[in-house]
Amino acid sequence: MTGLPMTDATRAEICVVACAEAFRGDRNLLCNPIGNVPIIGGRLARATFAPEMVYTDTVSSLVAGNYPVGAADSEKVEKAVETYAPYRTIFDIVWSGRRHVLMGASQIDMWGNQNIAAIGGWDKPKAQLLGLRGAPGNLINHTTSYWVPQHSIRSFVPEVDVVSGPGYDRMRELGAPGNRFHEVRRVVSNLGVFDFDTPDRRMRIRSLHLGVTLDEVKDNTGFELAMDATQDEVAVTRLPTGEELQLIREVLDPNNLRDRELPA
Amino acid sequence: MTDSDTSHSAAANSAAEKHATDKRMTEAEVVAELRSGMTIGIGGWGSRRKPMSLVRAILRSDLEDLTVVSYGGPDIGLLCATGKVRKAIYGFVSLDSIPLEPHFRKARQSGAIKVMELDEGAFYLGLLAAAHRMPFYPTRAGLGSDMLAMNPEIKTIQSPYPTPPYETGETLVAMPALELDVALIHMNRADLSGNGQFLGPDLYFDDLFAMAASKTYLSAEKIIPTEAFRDEGSFHTLRISRIYVDGVVEAPRGAHFTECPPDYQRDEAFQRQYAATAKDPQAWQTFKQKFLDAPSHEAYLEAVESSP
Repeated sequence: MTGLPMTDATRAEICVVACAEAFRGDRNLLCNPIGNVPIIGGRLARATFAPEMVYTDTVSSLVAGNYPVGAADSEKVEKAVETYAPYRTIFDIVWSGRRHVLMGASQIDMWGNQNIAAIGGWDKPKAQLLGLRGAPGNLINHTTSYWVPQHSIRSFVPEVDVVSGPGYDRMRELGAPGNRFHEVRRVVSNLGVFDFDTPDRRMRIRSLHLGVTLDEVKDNTGFELAMDATQDEVAVTRLPTGEELQLIREVLDPNNLRDRELPA
Repeated sequence: MTDSDTSHSAAANSAAEKHATDKRMTEAEVVAELRSGMTIGIGGWGSRRKPMSLVRAILRSDLEDLTVVSYGGPDIGLLCATGKVRKAIYGFVSLDSIPLEPHFRKARQSGAIKVMELDEGAFYLGLLAAAHRMPFYPTRAGLGSDMLAMNPEIKTIQSPYPTPPYETGETLVAMPALELDVALIHMNRADLSGNGQFLGPDLYFDDLFAMAASKTYLSAEKIIPTEAFRDEGSFHTLRISRIYVDGVVEAPRGAHFTECPPDYQRDEAFQRQYAATAKDPQAWQTFKQKFLDAPSHEAYLEAVESSP
């Protein structure tokens, strides 16, 4: 069965593979996904088609080997440490550009602006969230992708309340050469995969997950999504291969943390 | 000068040296050195290796109007909840296993505090600039995001060097030095004179907090003889020099309830209890009386031990 599409894949497993696909073509850089589904996806990519990426144990080491997601599990596993990488080193890597982060977005807009800082503006927020964290530095220095497990008009918004990670309109405004390292490669949600491969760099539907309709995506998106006019219908997100499913289920996430992040 | 003079003065010097290098203090003595309105940097990261016995000593004092500079965790949360904070400077405030710090959120959402919210890498460069006595360090972090709009005091600067193939230099953020009046950090081990040793996975930015401050107070799980450091860990773990340290407090479990590996992990149950008090004023009062009003670190540990 190896290599053939499986139909018993869950939505979470389809999302794992979509996250993995965001890293296709990445070579000597730090693969740095945040969140369970992205982490499983990153490890899957390294275990299969992107072996040259290095991977963080999310504590202080860059580590080799395939081991389960989740701190408790990974502590029990003997990890081959490739490099000592405390936070200070992570910032060095960010500024060197040798990193692709796949992080969350509480809000995202059509240009790929991301908000993880606050809802309702920053003066006196209705809801204080994480803060800017590393988003401003990430976006201006290296490739970024996003994972939004709850695709709705509350997360895919016409305008984000705070720009933590700047998108393509902000980069157009900034201009060259300041914007030269910026790339928002992919947005993976529970409904589909999106990119910015459009003439004006607005968000485009790249594929919909198996069983998701175009109307469902449109109804849950607070702005107009670009679509490939050359295609009659929107592509379906690639299904996991048998080998990928086996890796996900038996090696990378035996405790099924993926379903906790994305209930079936 | 006679021989006896020489030996007398050598002995006197040696005595003075011993006295000068024993920097032991109590939490109360550290807090007595602080003043309302000061800018206080706190080491650690999120809910990891925070100098909590020193933070709690501040909570018990009449200090107010503090500017707190921190990779924020329950240090910022507790100082906000007790009304000590005028302004918080941070890249994030998180309890790690509980992503959003509820007491800090409450302070933000009620408009009780001023803030300088930064990219966490820019924050590092602000500390580094202060450590090096530079007015700023340049960075790209912040360009295009709302960091500059949120903080109009942060300026940009044009590079004097052209960026090929362009003829002009690029515009960069001039991250201002985050100068501190006082830094508080917690180490696994220290000696009497203030050399500090971290034995966990990450020093975080504690050395820069110490360097960026006019005065630094270091608490440690255990004070040991200088000669014993190498029995605890390799010399790579000896990252805090006494040249930056003004006082040393021995505080076993001094980082509780944050983690301080390898000495102990985070007290998750206690942290959950702390977080839950943000929703319930009565629970907060009980928590405060039982734990935060405990008159010393020892009394606090007893209260923690005796609580179910």
